[in-house]
Amino acid sequence: MKINLAQPGTPAEESMADTLGRCLGAFMEEDLRVIAMDADVGLGKMLPPEIINKYPNRYINVGIAEANMLGIACGLSFKDKVPFTYTFCCFAARKVLDQAFLSGAFGGAHVLMIGAMPGVTATINGGSHMAFEDAAVMRAVPEMTVVEPSDMLQGEQVLRMAKDLPGMFYIRWERKGDIRFYENGSTFEIGKAVKLCGGSDVTIIAQGHLCLKEAQAAVALLALEGIRAGLIDMFTLKPIDREAIVDAVRETGCLVTAENQNVLGGLGSAVSEVMAENEAAPLEMVGIRDAFGEVGDLESLKKRYKLTAQDIAAAAKRAISRKQKRRPGA
Amino acid sequence: MNSPCLSNAELIDLEIFAAQIRIKTIEMIAAVGKGHVGGSMSIADAVAVLYGSAMRYDPANPKWKMRDRLVYSKGHSGPALYAALAIKGFFPQEWLKRMNQIGSNLPSHVHARLTPGVDVSTGSLGQGLSVAVGLAMADRLDGRDSYVYCVMGDGECQEGQVWEAAMFAGNHILNRLIVLVDNNKRQCSGELKKINDVGDLGRKFKDFGFDVFEVNGHDLAQIDVAIRQAKQNTFKPSVIILDTIKGKGCSFAEQMADNHNITVNTEQAVAAVKILETRIDDLNDKRERGHVNEN
Ligand SMILES: Cc1ncc(C[n+]2csc(CCOP(=O)(O)OP(=O)(O)O)c2C)c(N)n1
Repeated sequence: MKINLAQPGTPAEESMADTLGRCLGAFMEEDLRVIAMDADVGLGKMLPPEIINKYPNRYINVGIAEANMLGIACGLSFKDKVPFTYTFCCFAARKVLDQAFLSGAFGGAHVLMIGAMPGVTATINGGSHMAFEDAAVMRAVPEMTVVEPSDMLQGEQVLRMAKDLPGMFYIRWERKGDIRFYENGSTFEIGKAVKLCGGSDVTIIAQGHLCLKEAQAAVALLALEGIRAGLIDMFTLKPIDREAIVDAVRETGCLVTAENQNVLGGLGSAVSEVMAENEAAPLEMVGIRDAFGEVGDLESLKKRYKLTAQDIAAAAKRAISRKQKRRPGA
Repeated sequence: MNSPCLSNAELIDLEIFAAQIRIKTIEMIAAVGKGHVGGSMSIADAVAVLYGSAMRYDPANPKWKMRDRLVYSKGHSGPALYAALAIKGFFPQEWLKRMNQIGSNLPSHVHARLTPGVDVSTGSLGQGLSVAVGLAMADRLDGRDSYVYCVMGDGECQEGQVWEAAMFAGNHILNRLIVLVDNNKRQCSGELKKINDVGDLGRKFKDFGFDVFEVNGHDLAQIDVAIRQAKQNTFKPSVIILDTIKGKGCSFAEQMADNHNITVNTEQAVAAVKILETRIDDLNDKRERGHVNEN
């Protein structure tokens, strides 16, 4: 792993939707095993048209039939194909859980399941389309790897690593992701968290583009008040980087998690589990507090569900004060 | 079966209602700038018949026990349903202006817990028919004479659950279940035929034990007659396959190759609404003339 950080707020050259289309197109070109699968939610418009023309049999739109898509993908993978399945997060986990479990993980398949529009980024699609549970559900499936890349560069590498590693992957993908956290030359490893900065007072652990962006702004807000916050990009939810969590506990003595999903079963839970089995510290969880989604624009929704930089900064201060109560003088 | 049918004046009223639904739908979607235009337009005429003639309901008492239920399974076409419900007085028309905004009672996919008159939450295609079957079973168990309607998309029929529900409805002879399929031949990414063809929907439902009515989904009289006949059905559940055009009656959308979920600007909306208003004026004239003739 090698990390070159981008200046905070560096605009990306393309949206993560474009990254996905470009990468899958490139994979289809260079690796004849790769199959791009869609359940009528527009992957065909994201892939380069020349690739679809050249390989019409390797872009498969199954129609509105997600469970069938997963099953077909498993069958393809048993004959050495490498299928990427694409639908919205709300369908990518809920509608296919049994297929992902049984035909997939239990049966030893290798399918790269991409869920688009995580959490509140479903915006005007509303509550029916707001997946706050998908990553947690997939995390509970044995041997399932769960990732949520935070920018285009990391996303590209994650897709490539997933393609070449064995087993089932659930890949949460924020299509509108539009800023970079990392510069070219950075390399990532699945299962290894990225430390964007160290701190002394608190460590913020974020998952996904939206939360990492807000967390980065929170670090700046806290700095204005003389609070030194560390920041970790936990783009692999499972297997979670236990070492990074234990190190953060030792370094700063308290943590904040920030996730664009239900805190039950998600990142906050995963971090708590690691602390409970190793070294515990006060933890404040920023995320959806066991609620359904609602319709609205992204900015309003971030406020509604308390996912903003201000919310993360406030959580950091709560964590610090809990730490100080526990260990006066610390 | 000799079912009564609509008078000319009633038919004109229904046509005006359908045009009003389209106008409000376009305005609602233009207010947020983007939405599911195609499927809302193709189902507008069926919605007009359901709320203008077929269904038993009371806007002042949306939870009335004896009401007919509608499971609007293609929940993404919410705007057309909201327009009808608002016009019929289930909630203030002011609400329409805030569709899809934070705190709105009108989300893009219909949600029973937010909107008076919406009985079942949908948005994940393929689930509605099973819920409709459950509602119809409950009516039968309780001896209620209500009907249960289920509106589905043709693309939606690619979901396997639809056929699990259809098989069950047929085997259990749920004769008060009336399914309407908006057969506009298109889904999100294009034509069903090119993606994953559902084939002859009528024949499939027939095999599962349904009575099948195939009508022009933009001919209000035909839809109305089909529903009246379906209601008389004592032996089977019914399905009405609506032959429709995606985007129908919305000038800018009807021409587009892809009008599924599109951006709509004010200019487009104004132009489309103008055409529909002219149509309403013409219909009003026609009714006046009819009235004169009748006297
Ligand atoms: C289970 C599920 N998968 C995908 C979607 C996304 N989606 C919304 S509308 C639509 C196409 C619907 O096509 P059809 O049922 O024919 O409706 P219509 O053409 O009348 O709009 C899709 C794929 C969804 N809402 N639910």
